[in-house]
Amino acid sequence: MSMLDRLTGTKRTVDGNGHLPVDANLITEPAQLASRASPWEAVQAARNIQRPHTLEVIGRVFDRFHELHGDRGFRDDPAIVGGIADLDGRPVVVVGEQKGASTEENIARNFGMPHPEGYRKAMRLYRLAEKFHLPLITFVDTPGAYPGPEGEERGQAEAIAQSILLMARLQTPIVVVILGEGGSGGALALGVGDVVLALQNAIYSVISPEGCAAILWRSPAEAERAAKAMRLSGPDLLELGVVDALIPEPAGGAHTDHEATATAIRTALAAQLAKLERVPAADLMSARYERFRAFGASAEPGTAASPPPPPESWFGRLVKRMTS
Amino acid sequence: MPFGRKPNEFPSHLWTQCPNCNEMLFNKQLARNLNVCTKCEHHFRLGARERIELLVDKGSFHEHDATLTSGDPLGFTDSKPYPERIAAAQAKSGEKDAIITGEATLGENPVILAVMDFEFMGGSMGAVVGEKITRAAERALAERRALVIVSASGGARMQEGTIALMQMAKILGALARLDQARLPYVSVITDPTTGGVLASFASLGDIIVAEPGALIRFSGERVTSGTVGEKLPTGFGKAEFLLERGFIDQIVPRPHLRERLAFFLTAFRAASQDLRWSL
Repeated sequence: MSMLDRLTGTKRTVDGNGHLPVDANLITEPAQLASRASPWEAVQAARNIQRPHTLEVIGRVFDRFHELHGDRGFRDDPAIVGGIADLDGRPVVVVGEQKGASTEENIARNFGMPHPEGYRKAMRLYRLAEKFHLPLITFVDTPGAYPGPEGEERGQAEAIAQSILLMARLQTPIVVVILGEGGSGGALALGVGDVVLALQNAIYSVISPEGCAAILWRSPAEAERAAKAMRLSGPDLLELGVVDALIPEPAGGAHTDHEATATAIRTALAAQLAKLERVPAADLMSARYERFRAFGASAEPGTAASPPPPPESWFGRLVKRMTS
Repeated sequence: MPFGRKPNEFPSHLWTQCPNCNEMLFNKQLARNLNVCTKCEHHFRLGARERIELLVDKGSFHEHDATLTSGDPLGFTDSKPYPERIAAAQAKSGEKDAIITGEATLGENPVILAVMDFEFMGGSMGAVVGEKITRAAERALAERRALVIVSASGGARMQEGTIALMQMAKILGALARLDQARLPYVSVITDPTTGGVLASFASLGDIIVAEPGALIRFSGERVTSGTVGEKLPTGFGKAEFLLERGFIDQIVPRPHLRERLAFFLTAFRAASQDLRWSL
């Protein structure tokens, strides 16, 4: 049981499956899924251009929303949107990555690939949330951070690193929702939260399946095999603990019914916010630290106390290499 | 080139050709010069053990978590199962994973040191690298020492998928605590540092220094070129470019690295006497 569950009493090990009714609409065990889409089907669904994207989801989920623009340094990145919204009379800060619903819109939105100034805008809004004690909700939907030379020039890596660091220490509740594609560091820059949710067919990965296939299989055509090996689909992410719960999608997928999808997201968010509001800030910070601290999966044979071998000098090693 | 011989006449275990100036360098002499070309000062890569030897006060290094070794969180197989790749890398290098951590003094400053090794699976970051750096930061916090991380990495380790990605958040959580406790963290970026390592701890030091000519960029060359469809200008994504763009504090040639780090650490310690991060 996670520290956050202990703090909020959401899961009780003693009663049944242990979930309070507020979590009832969420999928927390892969067994709850009637059928499991293949990883490649999930990749296709997550990238479906008709899938609801961030601004549309915001429009349907929140009662009111006013967008805030710009990073105050360089420009307003259209691949990241954010602002102040209202959920059942509760003001929140919302930040999300924005893909387009058409080729034209996708070009305008850079296919949801943020530049550094996009992450810097996001960070400005994170700080705003912290300053005024507003919960932060982020929507992740990106193939990845923009990898072009303009991004490199303006510090893409630095912007992502600062963004992750800020989320890790931000003194306000954070709920992350992965809507479609969670592409690597560009997704994690919006992905550090107290609760991380994903739509049922969303994916989250360290590199695109095509990129992984190109490097490990030396052929982008092996993307389907790579997708399977990478364990990037919703049920996989649940099993790995990378996401805490899946938000169910309508039977045909999120793209078939935007309203039903938004309703499910709204229900999930309302329940999570109600839960997180009860947790004191200091406990929340500890629980967030522990949540990410737990990703270990490393084994330690023998005892850690065994004396370390004396370090061999580089010169000695080189001589050994030369003479062997 | 001495004696007018062709490069292939130089036995490779004795000689190394400098990729920058084509000078043939006697290996022993190259090692004595800290793997820096004696003619053009090109910086060859340096292994983690050699790097530690170069940086710390003689005999002061004590390794931590030396036995930590990788699991296989995804059950990952491409042409070979991941555990076989790990075993092969371990056999080849004699190390358990792509990082060595421990405590030492550096110019008499108490530090926790973490040094990555590009030779081990491209210095890629999986759960072991993430765990060792996180423990290093937590130890630095508990013992009020400075943290120095030397990075050399292709990025997150694909074979560990999102678990590798999560290491970025895990490490930065620990670095945030170190920062709040006003303990110094110095990032030393060496050739090459890219991807998820650059997009997390490598870009965040109180002081960030890099070695001359080091390749430091978020995306691989092919990815970046692919998006613009043209060749990038020479020197794009090198340490000198990052200095010009304002993302690193200094470029420090290897022979000066130890004294430069000692200078900064001593300065921070002098100003923080009341904070007692010293021993």
